[in-house]
Amino acid sequence: MLLFAEALSAQDSSSLLKMLNDSMVVNTKPFYTRGTFKATRIINTQTVEAPAAGALSVIIQHRFGQLNSGSYNFFGLDNATLRLGLDYGITDRLAVGIGRCSLLKTYDGYVKYKLLRQTDGSNQMPVTISALGTINYLTFKPVAGPTGSDLTYTNLSTTERISYTTQLLIARKFSRNFSAQLTPTYLHYNHADSADKNNIFALAIGGRMKITKRMSINVEYNYLPSGQIASTTVHDSFSLGWDIETGGHVFQLVFSNSQSMLETQYIAKTAGSWGKGDIYFGFNISRNFNITKKAKSGPKI
Amino acid sequence: MKKTVATIAIIIICHAWSYSQLCMTRTGFIGFYSKTSLEDINAENNQVYSVIDAGKKNLAFSVLLKGFTFKKELMQQHFNENYVESDKYPKASFTGSFTEDLSLTTNGVYKITVKGNLTLHNITKPIEVPATLEVNDGKVKGSSEFKLKPEDFNISIPSIVRDKIENQITVHVKIDCNAAK
Repeated sequence: MLLFAEALSAQDSSSLLKMLNDSMVVNTKPFYTRGTFKATRIINTQTVEAPAAGALSVIIQHRFGQLNSGSYNFFGLDNATLRLGLDYGITDRLAVGIGRCSLLKTYDGYVKYKLLRQTDGSNQMPVTISALGTINYLTFKPVAGPTGSDLTYTNLSTTERISYTTQLLIARKFSRNFSAQLTPTYLHYNHADSADKNNIFALAIGGRMKITKRMSINVEYNYLPSGQIASTTVHDSFSLGWDIETGGHVFQLVFSNSQSMLETQYIAKTAGSWGKGDIYFGFNISRNFNITKKAKSGPKI
Repeated sequence: MKKTVATIAIIIICHAWSYSQLCMTRTGFIGFYSKTSLEDINAENNQVYSVIDAGKKNLAFSVLLKGFTFKKELMQQHFNENYVESDKYPKASFTGSFTEDLSLTTNGVYKITVKGNLTLHNITKPIEVPATLEVNDGKVKGSSEFKLKPEDFNISIPSIVRDKIENQITVHVKIDCNAAK
């Protein structure tokens, strides 16, 4: 019996490690899930991700013209729609952003707040939920030209040029490779055509599947229940993307039937149809900068 | 029968224990540092689990990789997701031993050489590092500094960021514990 005990006491340090790991199981608090998405946009839809406190992200969103616009327009590459944006993390949960999109010469601003954070492991918080509010202001003002030119936008008052988006971003990282996000959406237009509703409800669903550690394929679909827009034919926005991450950059290649990148424009006003080949090719590029002193410097040795 | 087995087990464990001189902590420190002209990387973890058995001259460390905090959030995300893959391999651990005699009840500074196996990213490598243990009225302070190569642990660094990360990462380990009676 004693010999056996000697054998036990002479056992190597692996029993010590087992003791530590047992203690770790009991004492460790769960961690917040990281990296549900690589970027702050799935493609057009904002994700639950936001810059960390003190980090500034510069985003360039670019869409060429329609692929079916023919060889004369070099299959869309002659035309471009651009949004330049800045996203900034005030805290790790609160982010703000501003941007300008060339379509209808629109300025936008947003506030995004992380309400709940998914935690790793079971029996914990299963999803991350962020609330997003955006405001858009279109400045497009075509001058009266030849007869028949559309002056709808010229005659809008300042208030009528404003529209809002409210979204709840509900995301879950199901595995290291697969994440999905459900996005109930409420849009409000101060001005709408008499055949259209001012208040519009929609639901977006999107996700990503990683194909390597630094690349993923993304899909998003915005469902717009019918009967809300009647003045023109609109289609649900559907987009495919390919994320490539290199250091502080995320590069996203995009195919979408939406020309715009602003919620108030692509969710309810997508005129393009995939079936007809109204597909816009483009990309999103984001670059992260740590601008505050705290975010810049690491801990001291 | 079960009772007898349990009793015997307890006796054995107690007997083995009497040979031990344990010192354990759940708040040890590990930091690692890389300095290049392009980027400084500093990561720290204050939830290191560590135990030293001065009697049997062996020791163990275990740490959750997700517990390392970087000042730059993006680095932390890349560390977990792309480099150490903490979702697949959550822990780094070390088991080792030393040959120098030391007592947790006698005050003094002991220089020891620790030999053992370090497991990180599912790769186990033998390492040998110098360490210092300072015993002062039952309080033990241990520290060590050494270098590791990410590639030794099958952590691949893309060429585009290779110049931003030192070839050898400096690791600091510090623990503070009380000798268990």
